Amino acid sequence: MQRVEKSWLERADEDTPLSEQDFIEEVKGDEKIFVASYLQLMWWRFLKHKMALISAIIVILFYLVAIFAEFVAPYNPDNSFVQFKLAPPTQIHIVDTNGKLQRPFIYKTLRERDPETLRNNYVEDTETIYPIRFFVQGPEYEILGRWNATTHLFGVDAPRDEMGFFLLGADRLGRDLFSRVCYGARISLTIGLVAVVVSLVVGIVLGGVSGYYGGTIDNVIQRLIEFIRSIPEIPLIMALAAALPADLPVVQLYFGITIVLAFVGWTGLARVVRGRFLSMREEDFVMAARFAGSSEMRIILRHMMPSFLSHIIASLTLSIPGIILSETGLSFLGLGLRAPAISWGVLLQEAQNLRSVALAPWVLLPALAVILTVLAFNFLGDGIRDAADPYAK
Amino acid sequence: MLQYIIQRLLLMMITLVAVSLVSFVIIELPPGDYVTAYAATLASSGDSVDQARLDSLRKQFGLDLPIYQRYLKWTWDILHGDFGYSFVWNKPVSELIWERIGLTFAISISALIVTWVLGFLIGVYSAVRQYSFGDYLFTTFSFIGLGIPDFLLALVLLWIGFRYFNTNVGGLFSRDYQTAAWSFAKFVDLLKHLWVPLIVLGVGGTAGLIRIMRANLLDELRKPYVETARAKGVSERRLLLRYPVRIALNPFISTAGWALPGLINGATIISVVLSLPTAGPLLLNALLAQDMYLAASFILILSALTIIGTLISDILLAWLDPRIRYQ
Repeated sequence: MQRVEKSWLERADEDTPLSEQDFIEEVKGDEKIFVASYLQLMWWRFLKHKMALISAIIVILFYLVAIFAEFVAPYNPDNSFVQFKLAPPTQIHIVDTNGKLQRPFIYKTLRERDPETLRNNYVEDTETIYPIRFFVQGPEYEILGRWNATTHLFGVDAPRDEMGFFLLGADRLGRDLFSRVCYGARISLTIGLVAVVVSLVVGIVLGGVSGYYGGTIDNVIQRLIEFIRSIPEIPLIMALAAALPADLPVVQLYFGITIVLAFVGWTGLARVVRGRFLSMREEDFVMAARFAGSSEMRIILRHMMPSFLSHIIASLTLSIPGIILSETGLSFLGLGLRAPAISWGVLLQEAQNLRSVALAPWVLLPALAVILTVLAFNFLGDGIRDAADPYAK
Repeated sequence: MLQYIIQRLLLMMITLVAVSLVSFVIIELPPGDYVTAYAATLASSGDSVDQARLDSLRKQFGLDLPIYQRYLKWTWDILHGDFGYSFVWNKPVSELIWERIGLTFAISISALIVTWVLGFLIGVYSAVRQYSFGDYLFTTFSFIGLGIPDFLLALVLLWIGFRYFNTNVGGLFSRDYQTAAWSFAKFVDLLKHLWVPLIVLGVGGTAGLIRIMRANLLDELRKPYVETARAKGVSERRLLLRYPVRIALNPFISTAGWALPGLINGATIISVVLSLPTAGPLLLNALLAQDMYLAASFILILSALTIIGTLISDILLAWLDPRIRYQ
């Protein structure tokens, strides 16, 4: 009540006195802030960070694509259109040859062989048009591994041997790149999460022990962290990844790579946790809890944890893009996941030699997905970090 | 100061021993050794595999000794300048690596300098002219720069060079100089090719440094002493450079230590893309072929030099900012 009195006094000095109605509104607004919970304050603060909000939406969209890849992708990622090897992205038109506005459609693509270079050229046949439709029937798939369905988010009504709709072009074997990017999101987006969870567990345990007990244990763990950080991580990761046998099944390789990435990733999180523990150990409320006879475990879990959880979440979010990039880099070099697994790094392997990039620049397009994801996670992490401290001005 | 240096040197010794151990263990991790890999290639090409010959090969390379003996022998030899033998290249490792490691560090350190100069200048500009057009431009640039993985940037530059300028921007030397001995002309040729890896490596680092410099300087500029100095009539330029920039520079310098491992990282990957004659491609091939002495030597030397580089930057920092010594 004290606060409200004061703010009324301050307002009395202003040039235009508030009407009674406005005054009540104001006080109500203030009260709303005073009684709001920590989570609510964080949420309001987060909403103010527009870029973070947009990024959150992008991240959620990407994960939805990963979950429902079968539905979003128009084709099966392993099926090739033999007649459309390295076909460029299909152009979408809205104006037909008569100059009339239509719903978005594509022309039939014809293959012509250049008599001199023997290369395939793809030209549009303006005679035949295929309108782009939503919820078209396509190849059958299982949704969430349970229900069978044939409906796809978008596509064209055309037999496979006649026409394919390649939003991002087709690869060397005539597979739809967009479909492959959708399926690749599964590995590329989850490997970051899994690796971050593994590094979090290690980081919290070692960082927590280090910061809470201090002394010799702290010293040893700190030296260990410094040591791991002082080795250039890419040569280290490369060597560790090369140690994984090449003929491992995809699932095992996936977890192998995850552990390799987490092996290097935990140090940053351990540092954050330790720093938080160190500063919090001296706080009055921890002292009070100790005097009140709380057990160590209760102090850590009940009193310390909530006040640094948001910071941990922020640094988690900020460390995901690094891991996604490492996976992409490793797979790109041929040390990470390998075909038949589909990840964005594996897709980019096609772009490894200059010849194929010069011939079909669209094989670089999966990189856009990587860049968008990395940027979105960075902004999202920034937003959460700002929101984590809602009392700061 | 002397005590601090001795302390750090001792710590470095321990770290170096640990690095050598880690490099060796990593190389031992894959099942089998070079001889098994060799036998597999022989078998796949249809040649008969003679067990006695394999055993004699093992003996010749010292692969039949127990692991700790091999480690001790390896480190002992390294202390005498012998890094072992590359099975794939049929040459002593020391003949293969030094020039490549030299080039790796030349690229990384030039990139470090470029990053610093650009990051400093743009950072100061962005802070002084906050919310100007230039500030927004550089802020956008730095966010995008942080998001683009360097090997993708290298690929895109490669493609642009090929598509629009019809040249291959990869490599570090023109064809004439590739195998030539070092001379001034070769050095000039190197400079002509160096800018592509420098841009690729520099973008990410510069972007990060711009953010740091801008944030720090903005914090400083809002402090009352700046206002006081301005009220006393100190010129804007002097006012800026005398204190706020100097203070904002501190966290900037301390990033040097961890910038080096990052640059070595970047240099390793982009070298593969741009086919630079540095450590990256050779290390990759050595790892894929289980050429263990070559791979281990690369990891060991890259790590050791990085640790020494970090040590030098730490000592410099302690010399610049005495507070660090007593922490």
